[in-house]
Amino acid sequence: MPFLDIDNVTKSYGNVEVLHRVDIGVEEGEFLVLVGPSGCGKSTLLNMIAGLENITGGTISIKDRVVNDVHPSKRNIAMVFQSYALYPNMTVGQNITFGMEMHGIPKPEREQKLAEVAKLLQIEQLLARKPGQLSGGQRQRVAMGRALVRDPDVFLFDEPLSNLDAKLRVDMRTEIKKLHQRLKSTIVYVTHDQIEALTLSTRIAVMNKGYVQQLGTPKEVYDTPANMFVASFMGSPSMNLLPATLREANGGLAAELTGAEGQQIMLNLSQNGPNLRSYLGKPVILGIRPEAITDADGVDRNAKNTQALRNMVHVTEPAGSDTFVETSLSGKACIARMRADVDVHAGQPFDFVVNMDKAVVFDPETEDRIVD
Amino acid sequence: MSGGAQDQAIRTGRVTRTFIYVVLIFFALFYLLPFFIMLINSIKPLPEITGGNMMALPTDPTIEPWKSAWSTAQIGVEATGLKPYFMNSILMVVPAVAISTILGALNGYILTKWRFRGDNLIFGLLLFSCFIPFQIVLIPMAMVLGKIGLAGSLTGLILVHVVYGIGFGTLYFRNYYAAFPTELVRAAMMDGAGFFRIFWRIMLPVSGPIAVVCIIWQFTNIWNDFLFGVSFGGLDAQPVTVALNNLVQSSTGVREYNVHFAAAILAALPTLLVYIVAGRYFVRGLMAGSVKG
Ligand SMILES: Nc1ncnc2c1ncn2[C@@H]1O[C@H](COP(=O)(O)OP(=O)(O)OP(=O)(O)O)[C@@H](O)[C@H]1O
Ligand SMILES: [Mg+2]
Repeated sequence: MPFLDIDNVTKSYGNVEVLHRVDIGVEEGEFLVLVGPSGCGKSTLLNMIAGLENITGGTISIKDRVVNDVHPSKRNIAMVFQSYALYPNMTVGQNITFGMEMHGIPKPEREQKLAEVAKLLQIEQLLARKPGQLSGGQRQRVAMGRALVRDPDVFLFDEPLSNLDAKLRVDMRTEIKKLHQRLKSTIVYVTHDQIEALTLSTRIAVMNKGYVQQLGTPKEVYDTPANMFVASFMGSPSMNLLPATLREANGGLAAELTGAEGQQIMLNLSQNGPNLRSYLGKPVILGIRPEAITDADGVDRNAKNTQALRNMVHVTEPAGSDTFVETSLSGKACIARMRADVDVHAGQPFDFVVNMDKAVVFDPETEDRIVD
Repeated sequence: MSGGAQDQAIRTGRVTRTFIYVVLIFFALFYLLPFFIMLINSIKPLPEITGGNMMALPTDPTIEPWKSAWSTAQIGVEATGLKPYFMNSILMVVPAVAISTILGALNGYILTKWRFRGDNLIFGLLLFSCFIPFQIVLIPMAMVLGKIGLAGSLTGLILVHVVYGIGFGTLYFRNYYAAFPTELVRAAMMDGAGFFRIFWRIMLPVSGPIAVVCIIWQFTNIWNDFLFGVSFGGLDAQPVTVALNNLVQSSTGVREYNVHFAAAILAALPTLLVYIVAGRYFVRGLMAGSVKG
């Protein structure tokens, strides 16, 4: 049984079911990120693990103990809230030690742990201040400190970085990652930022409308998205989803698309399983990440199946380290991500190279990825 | 051109402001005048009042009327002055205010942070109690006090005031706590704090402004109450308001107006004091509740 086991859990408010049969097992030391658009039920699930919301159906267990009816204070869980929820009337030091005090830990031990955590988070000089006298990043650190001193079984984070400015968010992201690598704690982390999800997690649960769409490592979720929702939600700019028709070509399968000038384009697929074969002659959706479409020099050395494609360039957007190039395929805008100094001009045709190793195919009806 | 328009704007501003101040000063005087008259007459010897002008300043000021009002004036049948009744009032008002404020805070805490089925209905009923006129409850209350053996006692009076005060106390604290972030309560829960510890350690320390509002409100109401005092106070537990009435109404001998004035000021002094000490928090607390809640 996993360390934290979310088994067939549902949640309803009245007649409205907002979480449907969620099944997630989290192993000890894992960093699970729940990611999804606003209103998909991430916070609800987190609050159910914490015990702040009732569980309508299913069970949640921690360390083989079913906690459905265990009060939040008895679950040995620590939580970092989106608003940080620091007690305004207490100093930073008191904020951090409050939990230990409630658990009857003697004062000398509290002081010692406070000193340790303050050093770890570099907030030693702030201990006597009130939360109102701290910056956003400092508050965030205090909130983490409050969770860390408790030494809980599971840490829960509800969008802890969403109140910070862009730069601080990146810094704190790195710090959280380092902290996890050092402490090897079990973490469930909620965010709607897919980059945060990809960088922090050991596994990601992508959620939408109360369903877990996919549960997997960042690489699995990114390279082999379970459906078109996951494909477009994870990654920025998001995956190009291009209508195509499946054809037989050179003994394998190929996707037939239309270029910007109406020319026919055939892209040979690496995939050739029976499942995909059954779509022969039928419409499919071809998914290609922007970074899989480059110029000839930018091709991944290890790519086995690369194909050239000449097409009209509509727009180029230099973005510092990369240049984004927009063309169109099968009537849809298609973004390519290229080196910054690539020689490409809007309004002229360009020789693109597509890394078809990274291409995936979806069923246009069910929107699920076609496996095999 | 634009300069001229600006000048005009400033002039109108000045005129408006002067007007506002004149009106404000007028009303301030209007309200302070009676108090001023009471004050000057309370330090005049009696003949100066009966034989002279109420508005005139005292020619021969004396504090005898105050002494008499406090300790020797005839109240009912005994010449005790207001002193024992003043004590009664304090013994009544302190516990009544304390208990009703604490209960109001607890109710507000439960109604906002420990929501349960039907909580809004209960809040509605509590609110309703704020608007029930005193007269309606007099007879049922008298019967209840009689049944539980608290008729004519201070404890009975305290009970009545607490019951009446809970409605307003709850209203104040509920609205204040509604603006208090629930995440703090949740965080404390995760930290292992229980119901009372969260109340004591997290909620109460930030309740200062609203507690002041509640205390001033309850204090003024309970101290100034006459109807409950005269109905349930019996002979032993009469509050100062009832004693003041008895003093003024006593028909024997000459009417000592100067003593009456002094007694009236004495009886009003505590509420005045509470306002002076805590008044600025009162406004602040009211604002906090209204803006955020
Ligand atoms: N008390 C409630 N009563 C009814 N519906 C609720 C209640 N609380 C939440 N919901 C619904 O449950 C769904 C999930 O809410 P939740 O707060 O978990 O979303 P979220 O994924 O955390 O979104 P966000 O990223 O905006 O925080 C939403 O559709 C919301 O409207
Ligand atoms: Mg949320």
